[in-house]
Amino acid sequence: MGTNRRKFLNSLLGIGGIGALSAIIYPIMSYLVPPKIAEVKVNSLKVGPVSDFANINSKIVKFGRTPVILLKDNQGNFKALSATCTHLDCIVQFDNEQQQILCACHGGRYDLTGKNVSGPPPKPLKEFNVNIIDNEIRITSQEA
Amino acid sequence: MEKNKLQNIENWLDERFDLTPIKKLITHKKVPIHNHSVWYYMGGISLFLFIVQVLSGLLLLMYYIPGEDNAYESVQFIVTKVDFGWLVRNIHSWSANMMVFFVFLHMFSVFFTKAFKKPRELTWVSGFLLLLLALGFGFSGYLLPWNELAFFATKVGTDIVGVVPFIGDAIKVVLRGGDDVTGATLSRFFGIHVAILPALFSVFLVIHLIFVQKQGMSEPEHFEKLDESKKKYIPFFPNFVLQDALLWIIVLIILLSLTLFFPWELGLKADALASAPIGIKPEWYFMFMFETLKLLPANILFIEGEVFGILAFGLAGVIWLFIPFINFSKKKELNNKIIRWIGIFAILYIVIFTIKGYLI
Repeated sequence: MGTNRRKFLNSLLGIGGIGALSAIIYPIMSYLVPPKIAEVKVNSLKVGPVSDFANINSKIVKFGRTPVILLKDNQGNFKALSATCTHLDCIVQFDNEQQQILCACHGGRYDLTGKNVSGPPPKPLKEFNVNIIDNEIRITSQEA
Repeated sequence: MEKNKLQNIENWLDERFDLTPIKKLITHKKVPIHNHSVWYYMGGISLFLFIVQVLSGLLLLMYYIPGEDNAYESVQFIVTKVDFGWLVRNIHSWSANMMVFFVFLHMFSVFFTKAFKKPRELTWVSGFLLLLLALGFGFSGYLLPWNELAFFATKVGTDIVGVVPFIGDAIKVVLRGGDDVTGATLSRFFGIHVAILPALFSVFLVIHLIFVQKQGMSEPEHFEKLDESKKKYIPFFPNFVLQDALLWIIVLIILLSLTLFFPWELGLKADALASAPIGIKPEWYFMFMFETLKLLPANILFIEGEVFGILAFGLAGVIWLFIPFINFSKKKELNNKIIRWIGIFAILYIVIFTIKGYLI
């Protein structure tokens, strides 16, 4: 009887202990996860006049929270792709000589359509639409 | 007269806190003398550099301001305006690198002399955890100046955590304080660097040192087998302690020379919209992993290359941590051989891939 009572009390203490521990750990874990801040959904971005690209071939702009690389190829065509490397999150750059997109962190390369062509990137870069309206470059999301 | 005063203080302390165990340790502890005795000093040097880290870190804290708008500027202020600020920052950066170097040296010397054998398994485990914490110090401290290199190193480093299956994404968000590396990440890394890691490190350091003092110096197998009359020892106090102190002075001179002749650059301020600069490299002690990730193809079997790499390094780390508990063979000779080859492979891998990262 005594043993049973001891066992019962021990289990009670154990359950209480786990409960108390959870009551401490759960709020800490929740506190550490940053709250989601509502962001304005961006569908379109005015980058500037075409003349801005007279002397440059690429520019990185912020499309909402996504960095986007806007490129001008040898034929003068514009292309917009996500600037975040699909390997490990670095920001890519335009390699004018090779007419490719390069990620300097681990040497990943993409062609101008965003397709991963060499190095470690596992996926292509996401594409955005580029429209030129009244001589002004506009980037729009393909989902829009 | 002076001696009497000291004796009185000692007696006063002894009456309140029994000093016998400490006295016993000081008078009885001895250090074996053999061909590999030089490795006994590596742990002490690491400890010395850790003390330098704490002191220089405390000085940096007087002026450093965390935050996206202030961190870079405050480090710039320290190195350009504050008297001897450049010296303190350089000492902190160089001693951090030297500490990691000596901790690695200490670990491999323990590994090859098989000093992790029974009864020192837990000394090895606590030591390896200290190495991981030291790497954590390096990684978190690297971001604090909020410069371009640090920004991308943190982006890559935290993204690597993110590829760990199931829990990786959640840990990444907690570490970054959001989805991206921002000022929130800097605040978290500051807290981790100056509060969480020092607290954890101190606990494991105390445990590690208690183990070392309790168990005494490990004797390598060839020394153990010697006839008692042929074994040579020196007293821990004062002989070994004085030799240790001399080495600490030499290390301090090397540290100051590096600080004066090779000052640490601050670089450009981090910019979330700038491309990663060509030739970007992590700290040298992460280079072998960085190079591996660079070489892995996009996909291996059915998983992504980087996931494969991270899991392989994770598995290797776990095996390394538990090496004192693993028996590769029932035959002692063969077991020793396998352990030696694992160590040689690990060193060759780290050295070759590190050199490759800098030269090719």
